[in-house]
Amino acid sequence: MKRVVITGQGTINALGHNVPATLGAMREGRCGIGELDIRDVDRLSIRIGGQVRGYTPEDHFNRQQIALFDRFTQFTLLAAREAIAQSGLSFSGELSDRSGVVLGTSGGGMNTLDENYRSVYEEGKNRVHPFVVPKLMNNAATSHVSMEFNLRGPSFTVATACASSNHAMGHAFQLIRGGAAPVMITGGSESMLCFGGVKAWEGLRVMSKDGCRPFSANRNGMVQGEGAAVFVFEEYEHAKARGADILAEVIGFAMTSDASDIVMPSKQGAARAISGAMRDAGLSPEAVGYINAHGTGTAANDKTECAAVVDVFGAHADRLMISSTKSMHGHLIGGTGAVELLACVMALRDGVIAPTIGYEEPDPECTLDVVPNEAREADVDVVLSNAFAFGGLNAVLALRKV
Amino acid sequence: MSESVKDKVIEIIAEQAVLDVADVSMDSTLEDLGIDSLGLVESIFAIEEAFDIQVPFNANDPSSSEFDISSVASIIDAVEGLVAAQNS
Repeated sequence: MKRVVITGQGTINALGHNVPATLGAMREGRCGIGELDIRDVDRLSIRIGGQVRGYTPEDHFNRQQIALFDRFTQFTLLAAREAIAQSGLSFSGELSDRSGVVLGTSGGGMNTLDENYRSVYEEGKNRVHPFVVPKLMNNAATSHVSMEFNLRGPSFTVATACASSNHAMGHAFQLIRGGAAPVMITGGSESMLCFGGVKAWEGLRVMSKDGCRPFSANRNGMVQGEGAAVFVFEEYEHAKARGADILAEVIGFAMTSDASDIVMPSKQGAARAISGAMRDAGLSPEAVGYINAHGTGTAANDKTECAAVVDVFGAHADRLMISSTKSMHGHLIGGTGAVELLACVMALRDGVIAPTIGYEEPDPECTLDVVPNEAREADVDVVLSNAFAFGGLNAVLALRKV
Repeated sequence: MSESVKDKVIEIIAEQAVLDVADVSMDSTLEDLGIDSLGLVESIFAIEEAFDIQVPFNANDPSSSEFDISSVASIIDAVEGLVAAQNS
């Protein structure tokens, strides 16, 4: 089996419009969550989110592109440009034919849906823009990345709610490890902060009105975010031969299904995914220094996730660090695992563990070291990234320092 | 008014539990009736729609919400309070 390394990363999210700004914010424990600035916000009872601010599409895309790119596609392309530029790769010939794109998203072009439903239902119009379908489809971002960078190999979009990005990156890892592709562009994107997107989540009654405080006893729910993160996964010998700067190695992946409930998480399903990723990577529990938690800030997730980690790691659970960066950038749903992988790479490469901010009160059911409120310097060799989706679909990645 | 609130709430709970209205007693808990967390959120939505009220309820920690869901009787009391506040 081939080894898989990361040779580029890019992002735009509530913490920053690129990787350095985002990692800077994570180091400082800065919160990107604030008052939502969207149409009809006065009709929402949830009015906060991790919104991308100060973003002007015209700075990055021409008129024709803006007519065709939903916000989630725009975010994806910006993140992909940063990642591929860092990797130093350009795609032609056989490399182009064999390299592909696999990205995660849950809602796809939600803003496009929202705007066009308004147009036909609220405003009573009977004609919509000709590009509604190619703009809103979940695979639009994947296709536009493939077109902009001439990636002609295996390409598709994964939609597994909050685990979409982790499933996508896990697939990319497996494609390279199995020899099907030398390079995969992977990660995920989400842009659900529109009236309909937030209203739908409101209905479930699991959203916080005042902030995301994972693992803290006084947490009261999740907060949505938006944005994208994209990575260049590359076969190790290919990266080495061209002298690429290797950011980290991807060493394991596992996915499980709870097969039990459409919204309530399962400790067994989560634990099987965590231990499966470690088995896939050939790791002993003691090797793992940091876990980027799913950590949504709902009671159901946080308690289940902590219990699953204790089950898998035993006594070592009290020695490892586990933090939820959703406290800073919000829950990017289908894009969340990708933004969170940035924190994993930072832990391995820079020796900085991103904190769980908003931590105010210990919870007897979440007693792990959640790196409360302040980033910490620590030398870790192996990290995991958890994602546990609605529908009981779980995906965990394992990364190692190179 | 009060009687109709009670009847309507019981009707909503019975429908959610797939039970006959007569099988929903005032001291039943939702758990007794087989209503899980999703069923609870759906019942609260139905109550809000039926009475045009906002129920203060967070599914993260139902027991600490201002809205007392410990029994059918407590739910009816809470809804009566919200309806009265709405009309006052």
